[in-house]
Amino acid sequence: MSAPLTTAVRQKNHAPTEPQVVRWLLIGIALIFLTLFLALPLAAVFSQAFEKGFSVYLAALREPDTMSSIKLTLITAAVCVPLNLFFGVTAAWAIAKFSFPGKNLLITLIDLPFSVSPVISGLIYVLIFGLQGWIGPWLQAHDIRIVFAVPGIILATIFVTFPFVARELIPLMEAQGKEEEEAALVLGATGLQTFFRVTLPNVKWGIIYGVILCNARAMGEFGAVSVVSGHIRGMTNTVPLHVEILYNEYNYTAAFAVASLLAFLALITLMVKSIAEWKVRQQLNNT
Amino acid sequence: MGIEIENISKHFGDFSALGNVSLTVPSGELVALLGPSGCGKTTLLRIIAGLETADSGRILFNGEDTTRSHVRERKVGFVFQHYALFRHMTVFDNVAFGLTVRPKSTRPSREEIRKKVTELLHLVQLENMANRYPSQLSGGQRQRIALARALAVEPQVLLLDEPFGALDAQVRAELRRWLRKLHDEIHVTSVFVTHDQEEALEVADRIVVMNRGKVEQVGTPDQVYEHPASPFVLNFLGNVNLFHGRISQGQAHLGGLQVDSKGYAGADDTPAVGYVRSHDIEIERDRQDDSSIKAVVRTILKLGPFVRISLAIEGNSEFIEAELTRDTYKHLNLQQGEQVYVRPRRVRVFVEDFQI
Repeated sequence: MSAPLTTAVRQKNHAPTEPQVVRWLLIGIALIFLTLFLALPLAAVFSQAFEKGFSVYLAALREPDTMSSIKLTLITAAVCVPLNLFFGVTAAWAIAKFSFPGKNLLITLIDLPFSVSPVISGLIYVLIFGLQGWIGPWLQAHDIRIVFAVPGIILATIFVTFPFVARELIPLMEAQGKEEEEAALVLGATGLQTFFRVTLPNVKWGIIYGVILCNARAMGEFGAVSVVSGHIRGMTNTVPLHVEILYNEYNYTAAFAVASLLAFLALITLMVKSIAEWKVRQQLNNT
Repeated sequence: MGIEIENISKHFGDFSALGNVSLTVPSGELVALLGPSGCGKTTLLRIIAGLETADSGRILFNGEDTTRSHVRERKVGFVFQHYALFRHMTVFDNVAFGLTVRPKSTRPSREEIRKKVTELLHLVQLENMANRYPSQLSGGQRQRIALARALAVEPQVLLLDEPFGALDAQVRAELRRWLRKLHDEIHVTSVFVTHDQEEALEVADRIVVMNRGKVEQVGTPDQVYEHPASPFVLNFLGNVNLFHGRISQGQAHLGGLQVDSKGYAGADDTPAVGYVRSHDIEIERDRQDDSSIKAVVRTILKLGPFVRISLAIEGNSEFIEAELTRDTYKHLNLQQGEQVYVRPRRVRVFVEDFQI
């Protein structure tokens, strides 16, 4: 009597255990992968940065060239993010709420920076504004410097980061439709009142999401900026470029100290991003 | 506050949404625009509101041309099918919106706005919902808030686009009775769009039946139901059976049926169709006279208060349907496959070949 009973028990256990093994295996693989390729390098950045103590770390950051690279990066982000915010909201509003000829072309153009290698984005500006470029000689004659100067860095960064806000807002605004705006207009609201009191609050978290991603990319962009910057220390080096220079000079502690700033930025970005993602989902559900 | 619609036309690309529509909505009436989807009723409503512009024609409010005035200036209340409440605002702020966006010179004081909103929430019986958000309300409650929001600006005209379309059957029936009652209290000129004939018949003072961008008939619910002007109206308001045949010398020959049709006295051997509503068909066991025709009971469907019976008629490929009350059905004691006689009580004959 006992034999069939045990098989029954074993069979009962069998069904759930097998997928569980598979489940743990999958989770394990994912975790090992994440540890090896993400967590470990991140930890390495911080351990290298603080290897010689906190005072050395601070000293590396206080170094004038580093300070100037941080300042340049902040200036770049401070110019690019508001501009792309303005552009992104305008474009998303136009695309989601109105139909006009050339709408699909506009959507494709917005995606262009995503599909072009950043190096090429930088090169475009060199070709246009550089000495051998189309309007380079004219610029030089009038003593205006764009390439290998701050304006070039800002232009290249704007180009690379401009899809973020628009891309985030278009689907959100399209999903919300335009009935609420119509309702506001019928109730006597002006276009601006409608925009600020109805449209904008409805996409608030989408905008924050787009801005935080745009900001992270603006501060972290390497390829495009590298091409137009010219790597003049203390003048046209952004934080990512400065990390590379320090590293190439075997100044590991300083390189990792500066890199840790970018890592901090990434962590904060991730945090705000997940909050924003959660809020965006709420905004979509509350239809 | 009457509305006059004069020769309105509207095209979307090659599609003609409205073709030269003219209509008068008398002051204080509740008018239904009734028709199948794509008939142009919503487009017409949006043109009245100013959310859409007509290609040609004029809209007059109380004799005043408003065709060129912006939606903002028309002072209309608009209720959307999917409520379109401002999702990030409380119920209170939603209802107050139309008042708070006014320029400072005409904006009521904070206290006046509060009073007005409380009044309106009382009117729609949702006083205690003022601090909720739209996502916390049921569909019926949302639509009542949308109505309160539209009424807050004291509109000259209330326009409702399929206001009950997104609600389930019971809430819908309840809400339309409530709307009718509300209209009897406030008497604001109202136009509502629906594809549901029952809704139109129940709620409206006047029904405008539309089809393919044209007005088919305008009349009271009784008029359009009892005296349909065209086969389309007849077919759209209730279930009908078709009897095909020919008409000559004022007499229609439709299968086994002979019907006097004096209206077509001039017609000579012209194809014609007789339309009979399902509940206008009587079923008899024995033949009384030659105005009834032989039929075989095919299926019997019991649908609550009435019973629907499909019958096959000789020489007619389509089944006809009769609706009997439960009592009549019990009295007749019909069985499937049984041979009976059907007698159409009222036949309406139209000559034009109308495809349903």
